[in-house]
Amino acid sequence: MNQLAPNPAALLQRVKLDSDVVAARQMARQLAVELEFSRPDQALVATAVSELARNIVKYAQDGDIEICAVTSGPRVGIRVTARDQGPGLEDIDLAMQDGFSTGNSLGLGLPGTRRIVDEFDISSAPGKGLTVTVTKWR
Amino acid sequence: MGRRVPIVSQGDLLIASVQEELSDSDILDMQTRILEEVSRLSATRVILDVSLLDVIDSFGTRMLCDIAASVSLRGARMAIVGIQPEIAMAMVLLGLTLEDVPTAQNLDHGIALLRERA
Repeated sequence: MNQLAPNPAALLQRVKLDSDVVAARQMARQLAVELEFSRPDQALVATAVSELARNIVKYAQDGDIEICAVTSGPRVGIRVTARDQGPGLEDIDLAMQDGFSTGNSLGLGLPGTRRIVDEFDISSAPGKGLTVTVTKWR
Repeated sequence: MGRRVPIVSQGDLLIASVQEELSDSDILDMQTRILEEVSRLSATRVILDVSLLDVIDSFGTRMLCDIAASVSLRGARMAIVGIQPEIAMAMVLLGLTLEDVPTAQNLDHGIALLRERA
């Protein structure tokens, strides 16, 4: 890709149904392809979005995933923001531990996602929903 | 659903091939259909071809393990074939493994693997 569109509008996917999880990760992969991420990194971006979108469906039932291209000097990346208005997390540190889950899962969603991205930011409070922002640089 | 994961049989062998990205409920449907076909056809070997899947996340991994375990409880053996290299890398980074589930690179290897273990 010779030129990158200057700050293209963020892509937005409402996440409510489990089919929205598929739509969100396909949207993320498509952007990763357009930005010429390597195939392994395309898979990591799509997998991270899948985990974040699934968390929304499972714990909050409704939210959205925003995906945009970001630049920092010569670097190009993808930033994903997952937002919901669900119950939020009482203890973020606990939720970030491998194997911790309140939802009968492997408990690897959030800690696993943190391992496959370059930047990871999470903010939440009980009753205030959850916002997770991750960035993967090319 | 049948279009997304066609299941064909040959003798006591079932081959289920995922054709497109599956949502969570699609994966649950697939599990039901595989088990129904195993029972209906008295299959003893099942190959699940996931080479067209481009994401296998924590839920997907758990479901693949569950499907293999439930097939095993029906007295059949299942192998998963065709996990793409970049998916394998992503799974390992996420901390996901398919313990106790035989895997192979492609259909032929998967069939040979199940024959060896017979």
